[in-house]
Amino acid sequence: MLHLILFLFFGAVCVAGAVNLLLQSHPINSALSLIVVMASLAVEYLLLGAEFVAAVQVIVYAGAIMVLFLITIMLLNAGAEERTKGSRAATLLGVPGVIIGGVLIAWTLLHRSDLPTVSLGALKGDPSSIARLLFHDFLLPFEVTSVLILIAIMGAVVLVSRPEVIARGSRKDGQ
Amino acid sequence: MIPLSGYLILSGILFVCGVLGFLIKRNIITIFMSIELMLNGVNLSFVAFAAQRHALSGQVFVFFVMVVAAAEAAVGLAIIIAVYRTRETLNVDRVNLLKL
Repeated sequence: MLHLILFLFFGAVCVAGAVNLLLQSHPINSALSLIVVMASLAVEYLLLGAEFVAAVQVIVYAGAIMVLFLITIMLLNAGAEERTKGSRAATLLGVPGVIIGGVLIAWTLLHRSDLPTVSLGALKGDPSSIARLLFHDFLLPFEVTSVLILIAIMGAVVLVSRPEVIARGSRKDGQ
Repeated sequence: MIPLSGYLILSGILFVCGVLGFLIKRNIITIFMSIELMLNGVNLSFVAFAAQRHALSGQVFVFFVMVVAAAEAAVGLAIIIAVYRTRETLNVDRVNLLKL
């Protein structure tokens, strides 16, 4: 019973945050409501028994990635978004299409009566068993993602560095 | 006891909100946040199916999705900063030329 109440409450918070993200016009308000969505999703993971995933969700998503977003918004001094003609066409066509898609997903899920129930702590997602899987069965994908992260770091540094600054620096080195 | 469809519907709602934000938002940073919202919705369905099938590998895939999201955020925000430097706007309707 408590499980169901927690699920419904944090599910409602999650949906409210997602809808608020769409309604706000200032990007910093959208970013803060996305943090609400991610924090309540961490509680949903805890309800499913995925303890380590919940911790990583808070640390990586709500911590690292959202701080990156907030810093970019503050760095670029982003103001409220302006409405243009293109966005009105997207609203007219996109909203009905997305509503139809969402209703289809919900209808399909509700009309499948053979879906089982999930109980609290049915599967233990503790760090030791996840680590055994990650460093044993998924060792090659794990190593490949480390290369991906390295390339992403180098790409970010190259993209934000100004070419004229690099040129000036190399000229100074040459003299 | 919660039916699996409850988690899947929540994940579907999050994904649909992400698609909607991607379509109607005009600020490039908000569009990026909508993509993160879609990834979060998919992560929730991964964890729900892992709990239902008693397979821990579903939770491992969530980590890979998170790694891809982190890499995407780093590179994407760098691209946004580079775009802002040359165009001085964040509106995607004004960024319609590949080369200035």
